Amino acid sequence: MRSLLGKQPVGTAFVVPYVVFLAAVFAYPLGFAVYMSFHDYFFAAPGAIVERPFVGFDKYAAVLSDPAVRRSFGNVGIFLLINVPLTVVLSLLLATALNTAIRWRTFFRVSYYVPYVTASVAVVGVWLFLFNSNGLVNSVLGPLAPDPSWLVNSKLAMPTVALFVTWKQLGFFILLYLAALQNVSKDLYEAASMDGASRVKSFWNVTVPGVRPATTLVVLLATVTGANLFTEPYLLTGGGGPDGASASPVLIMYQRGIEQGNPDVGSAIGVLLVVAVLLLALLQRRLLERES
Amino acid sequence: MKRTLTATLLLLCLAGTTAACGDSGGGGDADAAAQARGEITVWYSNNAEEVAWGKQMVAAWNAEHPDQKVTAQEIPTGKSSEEVIGAAIAAGNAPCLIFNTSPASVSQFQKQGGLVALDSFADGKSYIEERSGKVAEQYKSTDGKYYQLPWKANPVMIFYNKKAFAKAGLDPAKPSLATYDEFLATARKVVSGGGAQYAIYPAPSNEFYQSWFDFYPLFAAESGGKQLVADGKAQFASEEGKKVAAFWRTLYAEKLASQEKYNGDSFVDGKAAMAIVGPWAIATYKGKVDWGVVPVPTSAGKAAAETWTFSDAKNVAMYSACKNRGTAWDVLKFATSKEQDGKFLESTGQMPLRDGVATAYPEYFAKNADYQVFADQAARTVEVPNVPNSITIWQTFRDAWSKSVIFGQQDPGAALDGAAQKVDQLAAQS
Repeated sequence: MRSLLGKQPVGTAFVVPYVVFLAAVFAYPLGFAVYMSFHDYFFAAPGAIVERPFVGFDKYAAVLSDPAVRRSFGNVGIFLLINVPLTVVLSLLLATALNTAIRWRTFFRVSYYVPYVTASVAVVGVWLFLFNSNGLVNSVLGPLAPDPSWLVNSKLAMPTVALFVTWKQLGFFILLYLAALQNVSKDLYEAASMDGASRVKSFWNVTVPGVRPATTLVVLLATVTGANLFTEPYLLTGGGGPDGASASPVLIMYQRGIEQGNPDVGSAIGVLLVVAVLLLALLQRRLLERES
Repeated sequence: MKRTLTATLLLLCLAGTTAACGDSGGGGDADAAAQARGEITVWYSNNAEEVAWGKQMVAAWNAEHPDQKVTAQEIPTGKSSEEVIGAAIAAGNAPCLIFNTSPASVSQFQKQGGLVALDSFADGKSYIEERSGKVAEQYKSTDGKYYQLPWKANPVMIFYNKKAFAKAGLDPAKPSLATYDEFLATARKVVSGGGAQYAIYPAPSNEFYQSWFDFYPLFAAESGGKQLVADGKAQFASEEGKKVAAFWRTLYAEKLASQEKYNGDSFVDGKAAMAIVGPWAIATYKGKVDWGVVPVPTSAGKAAAETWTFSDAKNVAMYSACKNRGTAWDVLKFATSKEQDGKFLESTGQMPLRDGVATAYPEYFAKNADYQVFADQAARTVEVPNVPNSITIWQTFRDAWSKSVIFGQQDPGAALDGAAQKVDQLAAQS
């Protein structure tokens, strides 16, 4: 028994359920997706006699030569370029503000968190109202309003989606930074103040380095959730419109894999996305940890 | 002893698995299943009117056949019915019958091994062809078999808001909408006259099925009843298809139709003066819009009796997980009998895909004169082509349509030519 459970049987017993969970809902599906991407695979009824031959890298070649797929990766790149830095900057600034003794602090904390816990389907309606051609934003902008309007403008659709997602998820990242800010020693602020540092300098030289581990986490989570973008282009821009300008790889995976019944192609896109996100996360980690 | 018990349990499990697999296989099991009778499950749409019809149909069957009880439920919720059905096929827990099977998905379900060929019943082919007449031909699969029973259609026509037309100074009793030129002139007047912000508002979003409610009805009309793909070749890059594309491009370019998605019913909300839809929508217009209806336009203004349109049909299919297929086939015939079709028509206003529907229920159409026009139109409907890669073909077409016609980023003719080449390749794949 001891040889089976190791030196810490209680610890192992506690860990096993999560390992099983990970194996069942993550490792197995990922492995199966890799398998599907190398076969001519489709879902069939139990007992149906179907052929699913090994096709090597054919599905990957098909996916990489598909302009819609290539464009979707480009689109999500634009999304991440806007969403990740904006998320880091805004959530850190707002967390810092909410960490000070301001009036209505609880109200503001709740207000920033509400969009995060509200279903996208519900808040998308509000953004459609704000950003359609006769919406509130264009009414305020008057003659400066873009034509075509935000969500049907091929240059502005993805940035608008990125803004929406940033706003929606801000509350969660503010919470992460608020937790991190509790670990920054007040002595450091007092020392900076005694050295004559302004509030801006104090923020830059004490707060920013003090929450760097949280920043690494925020960057990583924002990148991973951003790369999995689906609901917003599906609902906000009518299925990745205009003309695919806001289509994301996951949306294309859904179209190819589920709607069109080609899970092999969908899996190949998914595997490429996983690899791309892993490489990006590795790069981010190296850059952020080198700075620290 | 312990080992023997384990081995026995494993053998029992294996036997159970083998039996389960064998059930959905072909050959002798399929023949036995075709004769088998007993309890079955059916799914129907979650549309309130169809639910009411479904409940009474099931109650009527169960009252007469207590030994072959039917259990019915609405299709489980998902992003679309087709996704749910596809997942149920793969999981092996699809019901015997689904009264909401999209013809566009039949080739995919068939490829999955999820459907039962209705020709496998002695009277399967004859029943379908006698009930639906010539229209049935469009629902045959490429192997010549029927994997779906053509059930009901919603012939797509142009609805117009009489008040919006009157407000813009147009005659609501005789709207000028027969030719493309007339339609465009009316559209310009209804918008400039303040009848509505947009003349017409088909969904401009990119889902594969949206072309069924802008391009396809007009293409069916312009081409005299051609399908999107025929004999393995795309038909839409023809002169007729390009005329239809140019017509819609004018509507979008002049902002008579919107490029933006609308959350709600633009026709009910008065945002658009016209809608392109089938009779299922009438129930939602009741008490909200004073509407009139005309056939979809053609370039030359064909007479109503010569105008074709898209059927927007939903059919019934039998799924291979069904064990008691004998009962399922009997229920299918019962649910599509003349009596039940009549009840369906009364409950929903949708047209049973029954030959001569206009004359089959004279009392209903005498009482509901508004629906007569749809019954007449039902005889001239075009279905989506029943070909491999059907959904991919529609998405390919939609992408080209969206880029060129809706957003004007490419010449519509060139976009249709490009899409036709891709569709030819897709249609050629088996």
